[in-house]
Amino acid sequence: MHHSSLKSLSDALTAGDISSVELTGLFLKRINERNAVYNCFVSIDEERSLAQAREADLARAAGRAQALTGIPIAQKDIFCAKGWLTTCGSKMLSNFVSPYDAHVVERFNEAGAVTIGKTNMDEFAMGSSNETSWYGPVRNPWNTDAVPGGSSGGSAAAVAARLAPAATGTDTGGSIRQPAALTGICGLKPTYGVCSRYGMIAFASSLDQAGPMARSAEDMALMMNAMAGYDARDSTSLDRPVEDYTRELATPLKGLRIGLPKEFFADGLQPDVAKAVDEAIRQYRALGCEVVEVTLPNMKLSVPVYYVLAPAEASSNLARFDGVRYGYRTSEYRGLEEMYEKTRAEGFGAEVKRRILIGTYVLSHGYYDAYYIRAQKLRRLIAQDFIAAFDKCDVIMGPTSPSTAFRLGEKAADPLQMYLSDIYTIAVNLAGLPGMSIPCGFDSQGLPVGLQVIGNYFREAQMLQVAHQYQLATDFHLRAPSDINA
Amino acid sequence: MKWETVIGLEVHAQLNTRSKIFSGASTAFGAAPNTQACAVDIALPGTLPVMNRAAVEKAIRFGLSVGGRVARRSIFARKNYFYPDLPKGYQISQYELPVVEGGTVTIVVGETEKTVRLTRAHLEEDAGKSLHEDFHGETGIDLNRAGTPLLEIVSEPEMRSSAEAVAYAKAIHGLVRWIDICDGNMQEGSFRCDANVSVRPLGSETLGTRCEIKNLNSFRFLERAIDFEVRRQIEVNEDGGKVVQETRLYDPDRDETRPMRSKEDAHDYRYFPDPDLLPLEISEPWMAEVQAALPELPQVRRERYASAYGLTPYDAAVLTASREIADYFEAAAEGASGAVAKTLANWIAGPLSAQLNDAGAEIGESRVSARQLRRLVERINDGTISNKIAREVFDAVWTGEAQGDDAADKVIESRGLKQISDSGALEKIADDVIAANAQQVADYRGGKDKAFNSLVGQVMKATKGKANPQQVTEILKRRLG
Repeated sequence: MHHSSLKSLSDALTAGDISSVELTGLFLKRINERNAVYNCFVSIDEERSLAQAREADLARAAGRAQALTGIPIAQKDIFCAKGWLTTCGSKMLSNFVSPYDAHVVERFNEAGAVTIGKTNMDEFAMGSSNETSWYGPVRNPWNTDAVPGGSSGGSAAAVAARLAPAATGTDTGGSIRQPAALTGICGLKPTYGVCSRYGMIAFASSLDQAGPMARSAEDMALMMNAMAGYDARDSTSLDRPVEDYTRELATPLKGLRIGLPKEFFADGLQPDVAKAVDEAIRQYRALGCEVVEVTLPNMKLSVPVYYVLAPAEASSNLARFDGVRYGYRTSEYRGLEEMYEKTRAEGFGAEVKRRILIGTYVLSHGYYDAYYIRAQKLRRLIAQDFIAAFDKCDVIMGPTSPSTAFRLGEKAADPLQMYLSDIYTIAVNLAGLPGMSIPCGFDSQGLPVGLQVIGNYFREAQMLQVAHQYQLATDFHLRAPSDINA
Repeated sequence: MKWETVIGLEVHAQLNTRSKIFSGASTAFGAAPNTQACAVDIALPGTLPVMNRAAVEKAIRFGLSVGGRVARRSIFARKNYFYPDLPKGYQISQYELPVVEGGTVTIVVGETEKTVRLTRAHLEEDAGKSLHEDFHGETGIDLNRAGTPLLEIVSEPEMRSSAEAVAYAKAIHGLVRWIDICDGNMQEGSFRCDANVSVRPLGSETLGTRCEIKNLNSFRFLERAIDFEVRRQIEVNEDGGKVVQETRLYDPDRDETRPMRSKEDAHDYRYFPDPDLLPLEISEPWMAEVQAALPELPQVRRERYASAYGLTPYDAAVLTASREIADYFEAAAEGASGAVAKTLANWIAGPLSAQLNDAGAEIGESRVSARQLRRLVERINDGTISNKIAREVFDAVWTGEAQGDDAADKVIESRGLKQISDSGALEKIADDVIAANAQQVADYRGGKDKAFNSLVGQVMKATKGKANPQQVTEILKRRLG
């Protein structure tokens, strides 16, 4: 049952083969048995999850079942969920029980889904390996000496290890796609504004976007139907007609134009990754797609641009964690300044502090124009490159990450190397475009490789079609780590 | 050396919206601490601001009222600093592109009109309140006020005296209430001023180093704080020192300003556009809608009163201090002559406002209606009663002795207060007074003018004040001629 897709779980629930309480119990049991190995979950609340499951069973019995009714979904611990500890992977919020639901959580609740737990993550979503979490690193189910990627590493590992059928993630510079690639699952970052940010703890407001992490394109489409939608509480949420994200899945790809940016296949790309991506492109040709070369000349600037803008916003977004109203407060202090200093010194980890410092610096008087303003200008140029590329193609493809999962600790001491692991994903956030990663093969060590698919604005349904048609022809998305029993 | 004072004001007007500028929580004053602070106001993780259109509309009203440029597109920025009553660690304000730029306000000092230019007006949120008492050495935080909408109105440094600064502050205070964007309640902090004060040698074109005096919450404190600060700065300069740019606080108990922080430890606020809020777009139709709903402005009324009734700038300014006063005046003055309007202006500014003050009432609650006052004033102007008798009639009408628009006539009639203008009767009384006061008559004839006044007084006394003093003077002069 734990290998089943959301669709088949839903069918089993409908057929009465299993109840939501049983299904939820099954996943809770798996989590209890295995979470100690992977450290995917920060909090589990069996009572709360089972109560939701009972509600779901009642709703189903009353004929009010929807596509996700009774299905367990793991929530990244960046989403506020009423009554749940909501830590954002930080000591700073290690005592914060949210009094309200994020919009995304609300939507899953309304859809009848069961929250199976809150997943581990890099602290405040700042990291690409899930090593910055106050709750310790998450281990990659394909090799427990390797990282799962980050920041949505807990969600990715939970789905890969079959501890949850699907999970939510958030993506500011690759935090859904990169861990999806490194754990052999699927992850979609929608167009900025498609999922409300209300209740999603902010890292970099102009880049953050929630999205689904699951094992197939079809499952992601079902999740998108629940997650996406306008929310008046988020001014950057887009008021667009409701979409059915499954509507294009079955359409063949014949005639689809795939753009390959030469910048995606330059130096620093691991040969095994390049090979798997080439194979995937070959498969797409076989499915009737046309391949064109495109160019994204300013993409090389995306890492420096991102590491000005994201820390700038973060330095301000994280100012509210001051120990005054909620969250961690240092135990001993004399006076206000000392309370601030000690609270923030003790409550934040090294990577968060590094980004607060960078952000504070680039916004400072005398540096603002040179850094922040220039980065904003370059951000527009990067977006324009994509817009020009989409004149020539329908989707852009390339690797999600330059390498497969690296070893725990390998890059932890070298922030620059760590930052470069998001080199292919960051530009997509800067442009506000939708991006996706799907499994497309393995390296020589047996670690998964992710194919990145970048769509035009609001073309998530088409991207899901592109993934689904590929998944009809391949089985990479069905492979499970070897120690996951059947 | 002669010094010139240069003053610019920043006024924080709390916009009288029902809910906060970026959340749905109520803005009502006086609730128990932290009962009007929602998840957004206390900056729970994950919460986001949403612009309150009512606050924007009030900013547009202001912009149109002062003839400023209302920006079609303005930007909200974050002003970053740490303080316990600032929940997000930043204040959402406007920095580079404010909602209103430019505009003017006309002030009247004495009988002189002056136009003060505005730099800008921008929308921002208020912070909460830190309560330092009652917490045994700790500090309490009340976030009810956090997120209350403010319009910060910044003037050019064009005031040259504390009197001008007060006149400007009063003009803005009158205007924001006139156009119903702020209740103007200074005790509750709905209207506060910061004054930027500097001095320079008279004739100099360059500005001196300024000090900013923060949070002045009464016109009196504004005046006294500026006066003190000007004296202080002149003294520093004349003693060969240099004024240091700093923020100062006014202490009303000691009537002095004291340094709060200097430029050196001024914050670097790290302003940047708030990524949680889209640029504020104001469409032409929206502006037109707000324009159409604007009442006639005080400046327009002042000009009308000057041309229709020949009132002086001072009188016109007094009558347009609030919409209620102006409406009262217009109801009273409808179709009146210039002379009657002038007397009305005096009565509204004088006895009526004194009486309202004593009663703690607003002009809308006046127990002498506009039409009743008009009748009273007409009786003064047509010589039926003297100004002095009119006070007695006014008090009688106030206490409800007579009703109706013609209440004054009824009181005059029933109390027999009509001025004696029958010259035959007055001449008889004058003769009696002359006969009974031989000494004064002799003194007057001997060149003592004072004695004459005493005789007039005697006649007035004999008529219980109902004689026209001018007429009495004429009769006596003729008789003693």
